[in-house]
Amino acid sequence: MRRVLDVLISAAGLIALWALLVRMAELPPYMLPSPWRVAQVFWNDHATLWRNAKITAWESLAGFALGASAGIAAGLLLTISSLARRWLGPFLVLSQSVPTFALAPLIVLWLGFGPESKIVVAALGIYFVVASNFYDGLRRTDPGLLDLARVMGASPRRELWRLRIPAALPSLGSGLKVAAAYAPIAAAVGEWAGASQGLGYLMLYANARLKIDLMFAALLTLAVFGLAFHALVGWAARRMTSWAPEAA
Amino acid sequence: MRIEPKAKVGLDKRGPGLRLRGELILPQGRPLFRGLEFKAEPGVWTCLLGASGVGKSTLLRLLGGLETAGVFRGEILVSDRQPLAGRAAWMAQSDLLAPWLSVRENVAFGARLRGEKPDWVRVDALLAEVGLKDWAQARPAALSGGMRQRAALARTLMENRPVALMDEAFSALDAGTRARMQELAFGLLQGRTVVLATHDPGEAARLASRAYVLVPDPAGARLAEPHRFATPPLRDPASPDALAAQAALLAELRKPPLEESLRERAS
Repeated sequence: MRRVLDVLISAAGLIALWALLVRMAELPPYMLPSPWRVAQVFWNDHATLWRNAKITAWESLAGFALGASAGIAAGLLLTISSLARRWLGPFLVLSQSVPTFALAPLIVLWLGFGPESKIVVAALGIYFVVASNFYDGLRRTDPGLLDLARVMGASPRRELWRLRIPAALPSLGSGLKVAAAYAPIAAAVGEWAGASQGLGYLMLYANARLKIDLMFAALLTLAVFGLAFHALVGWAARRMTSWAPEAA
Repeated sequence: MRIEPKAKVGLDKRGPGLRLRGELILPQGRPLFRGLEFKAEPGVWTCLLGASGVGKSTLLRLLGGLETAGVFRGEILVSDRQPLAGRAAWMAQSDLLAPWLSVRENVAFGARLRGEKPDWVRVDALLAEVGLKDWAQARPAALSGGMRQRAALARTLMENRPVALMDEAFSALDAGTRARMQELAFGLLQGRTVVLATHDPGEAARLASRAYVLVPDPAGARLAEPHRFATPPLRDPASPDALAAQAALLAELRKPPLEESLRERAS
């Protein structure tokens, strides 16, 4: 409850600062609309915002599911196979030196204007952070526990399932939290590259028509969704790993 | 102060005697020990003393079949001629409790790792034995250091193996807790062959039937003549035998390493 109050207070402070800036600098609405105008857009165009937000939310969630699954699979594969470490490891790192933003137009070209291309852009944007966090956790099992498991006569498969994976869940959780915050952004980027609906599309549309207040409303909706999804995944991860010391 | 073994946790057969012979060469080519012969008498406690880094843990790891930093050339013999693999239990300085499992599940961890169905009746009996009946469902983080080590002891007993390898198992505990823990472990592990690596001569003086000091040497650590005791363990720390042993072991531990004494002689 305290935290909710803190968020509300800082949000209110930020909005006040925003209003003050618009008033003092006498900015025209097409440069920076006042919070009041953005609020009006929320009121008047809520149906448009809601319709597009649902699209982007669906793309983000599907992209998150796909990217997280791929990341978890990659982390496991790197752990159990030295061949994968040698051949796939460098490729995984290399794939991160190509920004998802640059790939988005290409993926839209290949997969079309529909939600598929956005889902893939979101998945590409997040799988690496999930894979690397999970893999790190799997590699950092307490060596003492591994000794214990060996003396107890654990098979490599059971050692993985009963010891290494449970011990790596907190790391996986922090990877998923970052991924949840990033997935909506990546989906919007996918929409920028070519779409006919979604919050990213709405932002471009509004921008082109100098409806900056609508653009801000879409941007805020995207941010609120990203924060909510991040909080939800964080809450789920904490519940699943309540035994772990609280991570930052 | 003799503690009778409890029937339900006891062992039907005495643990076997162990003998480790050989050398261990570190990657830099330096021998950690060479020409070493270590013996653990069947069914009693053998303590291994020595400074940090001299190779106590390595010796225990070899007995446990665990990886070591160097290459071991030699042999490990068991008095009943059966292989040692699968017949030793492991207890370390840290309790090694899995933080995501309850105390009860931790005690049954070995069975889970082997894909066996845990004997929960035995788990609960052992938890009662170490005084953790009321904490069975708690997570390890909720327990004090002494309680956690008691849970680790219950897990060791749950493995029900004739040999127990203990690497500084009591060293992280405060003095009072440590003394109680030594007594509890001694009572519950009776009949098993226990090898305890420790840096505490007082601990060895109470628990050991035989105590070795691993002496550092640039040419490879070696074992000093084992200390022999006049009375059986568990000894009262104030008994003459324990006090004499403690003093003798401490004197052995305080001997300067060979290179230092050579340097002193040269100057």
